[in-house]
Amino acid sequence: MAPVKRKAPRGEVAAQAVSVNDLPWLVRHDAGRCVLCGACTAACTFGAIEAKLPPAGASAAEREARKEAGEDGRPVIVQKAEAAHACTGCGMCEKVCPAGAIRPVRNPDNRWAVLSRTHGEPARRGGRGGRSVVEAPPRERTLDAVVIGRISQMTDPALDSERHTFELRSPLGRLLRPGELPLRVEDGRLVLAGETPPVRWIYPVIFSDMSIGALSTRAWEALALAVAWLNEECHLPVRMSSGEGGVPTRLLESERLRYFILQIASGHFGWNRIIESLPRMKADPAAVLIKVGQGAKPGDGGLLPAAKVAPHIQAIRGVPGATLHSPPNHQGLYSIEEAVQKMHLSMNAAFGFRVPVAVKCAASATSVAVYNNLLRDPYHICGGFFLDGMLGGTGAAYSVSLEHTGHPVVSVVRDCYRAAAGPGLQGRIPLWAGGGIGMNGDAAADAFKLVCLGADGVVLGRLLLQLLGCVGNEHGRCNACNTGYCPVGICTQDPRLVRRLDVDRGAQAIVDYMRAFDAELRKLLAPVGNSALPVGRADALVATRRDVADRLGIAYAC
Amino acid sequence: MCRIGSIKCREAVPPSLALRLMLPQQEGHDNSGFALVMQDLEGAFSHYKETPLLSLATTPEGLRLVADHMAALGFVQLAQWVPEVDNRAGLNMAAMPRYVFSNYDWPEVYRYRGQKDREELLLDTRLALRRLLEEHDAGYVYSFWPDVLTLKEIGDPADIAAYFRLWDDDGRLVARNIVAQCRQNTNYGIVRYAAHPFFLQGHTLCANGENTLFTRNREFQQSLHRGYTGFESDSQCLLYTLHYVHRELGWPLTYYKHVLTPLPAAEAASREDGEVLGLIRESLAQLEINGPNAIIGLLPDGKMLACCDAKKLRPLVIGGDGDMVAMASEVCALNAILPARDKEKDIYPGERELVVVDNGLELQRWLQ
Ligand code: SF4
Ligand code: SF4
Repeated sequence: MAPVKRKAPRGEVAAQAVSVNDLPWLVRHDAGRCVLCGACTAACTFGAIEAKLPPAGASAAEREARKEAGEDGRPVIVQKAEAAHACTGCGMCEKVCPAGAIRPVRNPDNRWAVLSRTHGEPARRGGRGGRSVVEAPPRERTLDAVVIGRISQMTDPALDSERHTFELRSPLGRLLRPGELPLRVEDGRLVLAGETPPVRWIYPVIFSDMSIGALSTRAWEALALAVAWLNEECHLPVRMSSGEGGVPTRLLESERLRYFILQIASGHFGWNRIIESLPRMKADPAAVLIKVGQGAKPGDGGLLPAAKVAPHIQAIRGVPGATLHSPPNHQGLYSIEEAVQKMHLSMNAAFGFRVPVAVKCAASATSVAVYNNLLRDPYHICGGFFLDGMLGGTGAAYSVSLEHTGHPVVSVVRDCYRAAAGPGLQGRIPLWAGGGIGMNGDAAADAFKLVCLGADGVVLGRLLLQLLGCVGNEHGRCNACNTGYCPVGICTQDPRLVRRLDVDRGAQAIVDYMRAFDAELRKLLAPVGNSALPVGRADALVATRRDVADRLGIAYAC
Repeated sequence: MCRIGSIKCREAVPPSLALRLMLPQQEGHDNSGFALVMQDLEGAFSHYKETPLLSLATTPEGLRLVADHMAALGFVQLAQWVPEVDNRAGLNMAAMPRYVFSNYDWPEVYRYRGQKDREELLLDTRLALRRLLEEHDAGYVYSFWPDVLTLKEIGDPADIAAYFRLWDDDGRLVARNIVAQCRQNTNYGIVRYAAHPFFLQGHTLCANGENTLFTRNREFQQSLHRGYTGFESDSQCLLYTLHYVHRELGWPLTYYKHVLTPLPAAEAASREDGEVLGLIRESLAQLEINGPNAIIGLLPDGKMLACCDAKKLRPLVIGGDGDMVAMASEVCALNAILPARDKEKDIYPGERELVVVDNGLELQRWLQ
């Protein structure tokens, strides 16, 4: 039903009318400082503010006062009292204002929860899951209650983080048990007598699967640029997952494809191009990642609102310009056995069994069961289990999914590791954890703790966007990635907005962060005396909360 | 920190020699215990080299439990040696009521079984006895293997030696191989099973250091083989890895070092055998050690080995005079029992080295 627009006669209260105080952010404008440049209204992508002449004024005395001050006929910036143009708190107006005359402030009295569900449409947004749009600062995260408490001192000297040689590499691919290795003793040496599944040893960080489409081509390019630089200039073999949105043909046919993980999700977007490029590929991709679910909206397929399906997106994905909603599951896959046989086998075969094929699922109470099944598959064809926790970010989702579905990733990683360790299968299918890693900026600490709990590596997503300049946060700032109006050009296809993003500087910020990450990871390895990643070394951790300690099976300390 | 030592000799030597090796190093250990494994025995055991020897420290009840259990399995006791202990007051040690070393004949059904079956029987029997004694809190069983004797006790090593009259050198307790250690494991609880050397199916090992990847090693090993149990000490993992690589996988000994402390990936990859090394590392990452360790091992065939961790944070020295080779944490230990050896020829194994001494006392140095 179309919304009823009702204009109340002057002076009458209309209960249904929206006022700015109903919106999550209030725009504070200081008319006295305003220089009338109009930059703020031009910068605001959400149309939340406009320049208006102030109402004539109630009294003759006030009119007189304005005249005297020379302000008569001078426009002021006012916030629109419309839900469709609600201020998102992005702060672009503040950023561009030369006079410091305008800024958004959080509005604790807002009625956004009820206003955002008009037109019979569920509310949508982007950003991180598991958090209300207008919620106060987040609760303490599990990882914040875990510290690296086993410090090497007398019995086992700590290492020198600056001078010692560390090996920070993690596997992606199926690792055989010792008895399964095709080795033969010949003249006192072991020689290889058969084939083994492909395994890549890469940096323990993968850039998350954010598609071209969800991201602007420039933002995607900035990530790709950073990945190439990290590999070629910084000796950090970071890999990046394409997301379900295709890959530019030039990249598909370049040597640098080896830094990329091709994702296939339920919509199969972009796979025409990938398949067509196969005969011309000069390098194998790092891996293929089958996306079954994602942490921010588990059980729901990908969502690309029509506003973001620009012509170049239509071309790369091979789709018409409409809202693209991937099915919630892969059509035709109804059991894990089928998943293993059909998806994994066909993907393995497509790349001549030279490329590891991994699977990504939303973290869930069922993750252990899935992992157990994968571990016991007799074909050794699953090369990685990616667990995506509910604090993961997304370009667009229904708010109800973002805020009320999903599972934290930490205990799931621990459970999967322990389930595998029971029968001695730990390390056979690498565990990669994502979803809220580096939420507080300390991605290295999060990564190290997850590694000790059993992860082989971590997946970063939202943090990378923040490094590119995304202003969204977990306290309801911006998170408008679904609208096509991303104020910094990351999550939009509007060429005018995309221009706001400086690709080189964005890539530089990511490279710099990763170099710092690498140094910080060494700073954490050194005190526990390990020069390689201590996967599963939970005894290096202590928890400052009893419940966390009990749940994760680590020592409690207070 | 603890100190370790071992002796390999052409002629069988008494435990007092091992004590003389260990005591000069006592500033580096805390005198909290003494333990040794002797292999290739002469003296009291010279006639029973082919039959399994059980090393026990028990209560009288434990002794009965063991006797019943062994009888039920069909083991027939051939000989028994009970050390005449010196019960004088004032000795600083926690003695068990009974120390018994018994040789058994194989059960009838095993008389014609192959070596492998017999070895599994010996392990199963030791594990069962261990469970039995634990259930009744009735003592300890350290080894059950032909020609191998284990003695462990808590206390001052010199007093323990006095108690067992090890200084007397009466010729009854002598062996060609001795691996010894003088400290209970103090990182964890002080229990007899936590004292090095550890033994499993002919494989003996003692280590100095800390296994920082203990949890990871243990979680992998406990499902790998039924004999990988206890884990009272983090160094038991090093024995189990030796046993796994050498006996279960049947890989050449040199791969033990590759499994424990793999070469840096880039270096391994550039080698001719890079692919094999890469696969081993991928497959057995859970058995890597990443802390400081010096290791002495003894194999079923009498080969003695030594190696260190990749960072080489724990000392180890090997020296010999042609009739005897000794290994120890500190060179003062070698000086005590091998004063006339050519010290120039002492070997301080490097972080990539594995040293193997065979029964002819030939030394092989192998670089990873
Ligand atoms: S904060 Fe952002 S959305 Fe709000 S008025 Fe400023 S530019 Fe517009
Ligand atoms: S700045 Fe762009 S990417 Fe960041 S939350 Fe806003 S819309 Fe999303």
